[in-house]
Amino acid sequence: MPPGDHVTKPVLEVRNVTKFFGDLAALKEVSLGIRCGESALLYGPNGAGKTTLLRMLASLARPSSGEVLFDGKNIEHDGANAKAAIGFVSHATFLYGELTVRENLKFFGRLFGLSGLEKRIDAALEMFDMRPREDDFARDLSRGLQQRASLARAFLHNPDFVILDEPFTGLDHQSVKKLEDLLLRLPQQGKALLFSTHDFEQGAALARRLIALKAGRVRYNGPLDIAPFKSLGIVRANGQSRDE
Amino acid sequence: MNKKFPIWLHAALTAAGLIVTVYMIFLYAPEEMTMGEVQRIFYVHVPAAWVSLMGFLIIFISSIVYLSKRTQFSDELAQATAEVGFIFCTCVLVTGPLWAKPAWGIWWTWDARLTLTFLLWLLYVAYLMLRNYLVNPGRAASLCAVVGIIGFVDVLIDYMAIRWWRTQHPQPVVLGGPESGLDPRMLATLLVSWAVFTLLFFLLLRMRLRLAGMRRELSEIRHVLAFKVSED
Amino acid sequence: MNSFKIIWSILAKDLRVEWRNRETLASMCVFGLLIVFLFNFAFETAREETLRLLPAVLWVAIAFAGVLGFNRSFASERENACLEGMTLAPVDPSMIFVGKMLANLLFLGIAEVVMVFAATLWFNFSFLPALGQLLLIAFFGTLGYAALGTIFGAIAANTRMREVMLTVLQFPIAFWILMLSIDSTSSAMRGNPDGSWVGGVARVAGISVIFTVASFLLFEYVLEE
Repeated sequence: MPPGDHVTKPVLEVRNVTKFFGDLAALKEVSLGIRCGESALLYGPNGAGKTTLLRMLASLARPSSGEVLFDGKNIEHDGANAKAAIGFVSHATFLYGELTVRENLKFFGRLFGLSGLEKRIDAALEMFDMRPREDDFARDLSRGLQQRASLARAFLHNPDFVILDEPFTGLDHQSVKKLEDLLLRLPQQGKALLFSTHDFEQGAALARRLIALKAGRVRYNGPLDIAPFKSLGIVRANGQSRDE
Repeated sequence: MNKKFPIWLHAALTAAGLIVTVYMIFLYAPEEMTMGEVQRIFYVHVPAAWVSLMGFLIIFISSIVYLSKRTQFSDELAQATAEVGFIFCTCVLVTGPLWAKPAWGIWWTWDARLTLTFLLWLLYVAYLMLRNYLVNPGRAASLCAVVGIIGFVDVLIDYMAIRWWRTQHPQPVVLGGPESGLDPRMLATLLVSWAVFTLLFFLLLRMRLRLAGMRRELSEIRHVLAFKVSED
Repeated sequence: MNSFKIIWSILAKDLRVEWRNRETLASMCVFGLLIVFLFNFAFETAREETLRLLPAVLWVAIAFAGVLGFNRSFASERENACLEGMTLAPVDPSMIFVGKMLANLLFLGIAEVVMVFAATLWFNFSFLPALGQLLLIAFFGTLGYAALGTIFGAIAANTRMREVMLTVLQFPIAFWILMLSIDSTSSAMRGNPDGSWVGGVARVAGISVIFTVASFLLFEYVLEE
């Protein structure tokens, strides 16, 4: 990334964010940020708070305390800019089963106010090899294909910040490879990537930063180098976390 | 308010007031000509109706405060008022038939006050149901605030619409209101009862709020614990 | 204007989703027809009786068919968290409200046409003489009812007993929209014996606009997490 850019490009961050679900603290005083050109792996055991954190950054969840900021502004009051710049994929696909893949993308494209929509849809579908299935109803697709359609939806508006919650779920080997290649290129394209996955080695290969989350707290937030994690016994030789 | 007007004083005053009211209702107020002793329910019926109406006004105001300021107290106040108001509202609907049947031979009538109270009762039920049946209780405050606001708009419309409807479909004023001429002793009894009911309402509200406050403290302690647990 | 495009997109999406299934519209129409049929069959309808009963029968049928439709409108959003998905876009939540409300309004309107058609046949009553007035009443009455149904549908979608919760919220609050609509419809059908038609229509329009505006303003608080 060219040297001067980090000054002008915005940061997506959470500051001292805590999230309670009843009496359960899903996130405890979490502060972190991501900017364009960075790629970070969000890693942790089940129940660590990864999904909550990712949803919060994607403006789908509000913190119980603390702030979520985009370009220094609280997204609660000024969310439009943030939403236009974020692409989010999660367990839910956000697709209407009764519409075709293409119709779903067209709908989202219109909500985002995109111009040149047809071409963008073509490009997004190409990214995930969904052109052959573009006229199939979303409800008729397998889990893996729905995931790819959801990814196409997320990338449709060419977001600067790509936030993915276990994006590889349900994908076959070939699709995984393709997605990995895509994600690897994002930092060079000046985009930010923050994703979670259960395969540590796979995630480590794709990211230059690691954010380790456990029991709602950030345990580590820094450069990613897999070797120390292996030697510390936190990670088994095949990349699986010991905490699972 | 707790310093200047402690709950024990409030309770003592209310108890005293209730004794005075009971005396006035049964011994001071004269017997009504046509209906006899049963008419005395009027002194309970009217203040209870008024108080439940006031309750929804409080819910409306605290709902607006919640949506703009997001204070937890405004949400607690709305919930507490809903519960207490609901009790008083039910009271009106129960005393209605108890009065109407002996006095006029009918169990119920859609006169202005009963109609308004019934619709108000339905609103209280809806509000309380929403509070208790949410899948994610964290959303209760916002959603209930929305219902509280729309509900109160509906109460205002109820009031005006019922009055208009009665001009189209007139009915003899059976359950008597301040419109029908009142003996000064009856008026005095009514006013005293009104004041005491209001006092009682706020007493129950304060007690309920105290409970809510304790729950909130407990929750805060749990939150602090949640921070400490599983630190390994 | 941008807002109109977004509203149209959401409305078009709802129409297209419904077109693929046609379950909602069909069930609304059938349900409404059944109610009209029930009343027609149960009561001997001399003309006097008809004029008294028919407005109430129609609006009761509309009320219940409406609630059926509002429930299904949000059921389709629930499957893949689509309602949440819409909030991912930089769209004003109020636009989502207008889009969905218009869809609900349209579906209920279509069901109303079916019900009125059946009522014309079964009750042997022609609505044509007072058609303009009746159309106005139907439009405003359905508008207010659909606005409430939309916001309450969104609220009820968060609860354990969705259909019941929507009904419990809708009927007490929409009560006067229904009552005033029944009253105005009755007056229209009898040729406005109490004077001009303006009062009746104005009352229904007034109350509906109040509730529509209130729902519009408050909807964003229903969507936020």
